[in-house]
Formats: sequence, C-alpha cells, structure tokens
Amino acid sequence: MMKLSLGPILWFWSKQTVFDFYAKAAEWPVDTVYLGETVCSRRRELKLADWLEIAGVLKDAGKQVVLSTQTLIESEADLRLLRRICSQQEYLIEANDQSALQLATQNNLPFVTGPSMNIYNSATLKLLAKQGLKGWSLPVELGRETLRQLIDELEAEGLDLPAEVFAWGFLPLAWSSRCFTARHYNLPKDNCEFRCLQHPDGLELRSRESRELFRLNGTSTLSGARYDLMRQMPDMAQMGVATVRLSPEHKGMDEVVRRFDQTRRGEAPEVNPLQLVEAPPCDGYWYGRPGMDRVQV
Amino acid sequence: MELVCPAGSLPALKVAVDKGADAVYLGFKDSTNARQFAGLNFNDKRAAEGIEYAHKKGARVFCAINTYPQPDGWNAWKSAVDRAAALGVDAIILADMGLLEYAASKYPQVNRHLSVQGSATSYEALNFYKDNFDIRRAVLPRVLSIDQVRGVAKHSPVELEVFAFGSLCIMAEGRCYLSSYLTDESPNTRGACSPAKAVRWQETPHGLESRLNDVLIDRYGKGESAGYPTLCKGRFEVEGSVYHAIEEPVSLNTLDLLPELKELGISAVKIEGRQRSPAYIADVAHTWRQALDRLDANSSDFRVEPVWNSTLAGLSEGGLTTIGAYHRKWK
Repeated sequence: MMKLSLGPILWFWSKQTVFDFYAKAAEWPVDTVYLGETVCSRRRELKLADWLEIAGVLKDAGKQVVLSTQTLIESEADLRLLRRICSQQEYLIEANDQSALQLATQNNLPFVTGPSMNIYNSATLKLLAKQGLKGWSLPVELGRETLRQLIDELEAEGLDLPAEVFAWGFLPLAWSSRCFTARHYNLPKDNCEFRCLQHPDGLELRSRESRELFRLNGTSTLSGARYDLMRQMPDMAQMGVATVRLSPEHKGMDEVVRRFDQTRRGEAPEVNPLQLVEAPPCDGYWYGRPGMDRVQV
Repeated sequence: MELVCPAGSLPALKVAVDKGADAVYLGFKDSTNARQFAGLNFNDKRAAEGIEYAHKKGARVFCAINTYPQPDGWNAWKSAVDRAAALGVDAIILADMGLLEYAASKYPQVNRHLSVQGSATSYEALNFYKDNFDIRRAVLPRVLSIDQVRGVAKHSPVELEVFAFGSLCIMAEGRCYLSSYLTDESPNTRGACSPAKAVRWQETPHGLESRLNDVLIDRYGKGESAGYPTLCKGRFEVEGSVYHAIEEPVSLNTLDLLPELKELGISAVKIEGRQRSPAYIADVAHTWRQALDRLDANSSDFRVEPVWNSTLAGLSEGGLTTIGAYHRKWK
C-alpha cells in the first residue's frame, strides 16, 4: 500500500499551533512526517530542540520522522543550523538544497530530497544514490509521464529509490531573499514584525480580474490553486509511487488525511464537503500542462 | 575582474568582443539553455565562427547548457555537451547534476562553470559542486546581499562570477516554477520564463492589457510605458491593494559596487541579456569595459561616471535600476 506523508509546514504558525497540530497528527493514518522550518530563517517560534521533542512524540506514535532543511541558504547562521541538523544521527534528513547534500554526505548521514531539489533525470538519481540518497520527491513542475520514465529507468538500473509525489496542497513554487509579506505591509524584512503569523495560509495574490494566482508566504510564493491528485492515487500505485505527500493546512487536515487514507485502501472517500481554506483546485502539472490547469479535478 | 557578456547571435558576439568583453556566453538553438527565444542562439556552424572570432581577438567563449533534461530529452542535452566540447569552447555552463557528472567524466579537460540555475547560495553548496564535478567557477544567484556574497567568497572553493547588469530575477534561480504554473514552460524545463508564445496584448476600454496564457499580468493607463509581461513584474491585487506585489520592472546595475566586488575577490561580472540586440550589447559592454578599466587602474579612487549610469538607465526596464538584493534594505 502506498504511504502517506505530511510535508513540512510551509506557513508560519505559532509554537502552540504547531505543537497542537502534531499532537493530532500523531493519531492520523500518515506514515511519514517531515518536520522543520523550510522557508524563512526569521521564523524561530520553534527551536531545533522543540522540533526534536515533536519528533520524539511522533516516533513513539510509530511515524517515520524526517527533519527538513531550509530551502534557500543565505547566511552563516543558516549553515550553523544546517550543521546541527546534519550532525544528529537519529533521524533521516530531507535535503532541500545542495548545502544540505554536502553536509549530509560529509557526515555519512542518509538523506531524502524534497521537491525543491532539482531531480529531472535518472543520471542525477544515480549520482545521489551513491551518496546516500534513500528516497526522492518529484519536483512539483514535473508530471506523470516524466515520473513514469524515471521509475522505469531506475528499475532498469536495479536501483531501489522510493519516489514521493506532492499530491495535495498549495504548491511551493518559488523562494526569494525578498519577503513579499513584509513588502505588502511596507516593512523591511529585518523588521517584519512577523506578520506571517497573521496569515496561517498565506496572503492571496489575485489578478486584477480576481483570479487566484499565487499565495504569498513570506519569502516563498505558492500556487493560488490547491493541487489535488487524490483521484490519481490508483494510477500512482500502479506506477510504483511509494508515497504521496499532503502539505499541512491549519483547517480540515484531519479530513484530508482520512480521505487520502480511504482512497489508498480502495475505499470510496466520503462525499460531504471539506471545511477548508477556500481555493480552486488544480492538477495541470500532473498532465504536463500549466500547473494552474484543471484536468480531472 | 573579467567582463562576461551575453551573445544571442553572431553579430552580438562580435560586437561584445569588439567592445571589450573578456568572455562571451552563448547557447544552442534549442531548449538546452535558459534563453530559448525564437530567432536567437547558435547552430554549430555559427558557434564555430563565433568561437574563432573571439579566440582570434583573445576573448573566451562559454556555452550555456543550463536547463534540466528530463528522460526524453537526455540524449539531446548530452549531445549538446558533446557538441560544445567538440567546438572547443572555453567552458560549459551547467546546472543539472546528472549533466555535470556526464561532462566531468567524459570531458574532464573542458572547464565546467556552475550556472546560476544551479542555485548555489552558500560555500557548502559550492563545496558539493566542486567535490562532485570539479567545477572551476560558479555564478551566484541574485538573492545574496553584499555581506552574504562576502561570506560565500571568503570560503569559496571555486572562482565566483556575479551578475552586474540586466534583468533582475528576484527568485532564487533554478528553483522558480512560477512560469510553468501559468504557462507550460519554465526556465528549468524549457529555458523560458513567461514565454512569448503565451503573451497577448490587447487594447481595451480600461487601457492596454498584457496577458500571459490569458492571465491578466498588467494593465496600462494612458502615458504609462508598457513592459514585457514577465509574470513576477506585473501588478496584482493583495488584500484590496493593486501594486507590483512581487517586483517592479527594474534592472540590476552594480556599477557602484565594483570596488567592493573586486576586494571580495570576485573573478568576473556578468551581463544578462542574450535576448538583447547587438546595439544594446555594444553600449553595455562599452560602458562596463570603461568602468572595469578604471577600476583596474586605481580601485581605491574608483568613481562612477554619471554618463555610465545614464547610458545604463536608458537601456533598463522602465529606465530604472537597482542594486537589488546586494543592498539588504531591498529585501
């Protein structure tokens, strides 16, 4: 049966909200949980010790815990935190940048890669496999056809590298050193007053014709529509996808997990509407089309 | 510091060399490089002519093969590396780890530069690329402040090249999928951002509108000058306000930073713009050559001539320039 994972929280939530979220997640039918701040080094509601405390609780609940690393590494302070994450031996890490690849391989620490690691071909996978790669995520802009070819090529090479697909949530599309939330409030990034805390699901950016285009989330930009590949799960299972990733939201996540769990078990998910942050669905990337397109959803 | 100039065509290459470029960079006529534009770039014959011209005049030629091949493109990208090596380029600019490995093992004698699309923003990332692919040089993404560049430069295992002038990407390059979200092409997959094929201009009662795959990117009132609808430079609505929510249409210009970049040990400054005309390249290359020559003559007393800045501003998007992320306040 395919595994379900909870991706790292991409938003900035208060410490208590994060602890409460994972206390509930410990009870959900997810197999893997990614923990840590991947977006902005100024988001320090939780220290590494806090994340490790949550990791312990989840591990005791039978979850596989993976420590996710920051995507855009800019400063010596960013590297210091990365070194601390890469010097622990208890948990697998999710490398989201080549800096993490370097430190993980130096420490002989096994790692997986997140969707922001540019893995577009099997030559890259073969190379990383030699360095300790234990699994990888498909970059969000790639679709079914490319994934099928990659899985076939891995099989032909006799390489066992489980593939994960970002299958639900707002797609992380870009990272910058500029903070777009601070910019919206006319604040300098270094004195942003942590306004992201007021936007637990980001700031909606619309065209002047009111079309939802993106969600501004501090230094990162996410899709304005919610990616949803639930209906593609049987196909993914057949292709040999190991894990589907659900990206945390602060409303309705338990229901989302339940539906994906039912679907992977071949049961029909409930049809009552979900109480979610309102956003249109999309699935274009999966079909090799513009990401915002809707093909099946 | 070397001056590295863009060459989208043979005439642009020649004029860049004539105006004082130490090196030029070019790409093939396909999706293997990050400036896939109709009518732009080189076939093998043109590339050979360009390389001969540059070499005769003492300039070097770099070949950008800096997009990310997927399985069905792997052979075409691999063959682009073979062609670049056979042509005798002075370096290949690469981003994809698989392709870097291919180039390093098959052509160890051909210099490898890490493209800005390789997203290396720390010296540990540079160590990774150096240890695995023995890169000689890396181009830094345009997201670091000057202090952060200093930190990277201090520990860098390789030569560094930084962007000096031209269009400004404000997202970490190589990890921006905004374009493929709205259209079906991105810099990584097809070497295109906000591709021209998806652009539509329309006069309406509200003003001139620019659209990208039907999405309204900007609308211009009377007297406003309209720019290419690069999607991150449009005007959008956030919580009821309409503004350049991501970035204004401005260009990067780092003339003022030259003494500092030199002091940090930066090896080369790069001009963006393979899509630009030979006339544009001539003016930009000429201006930067003068600036670098003055810097070489006396870096402690370096002064930017007002005419350099006015020339560059005249060639910039919206006539505006910024030092971008180099200045921390910009963020």
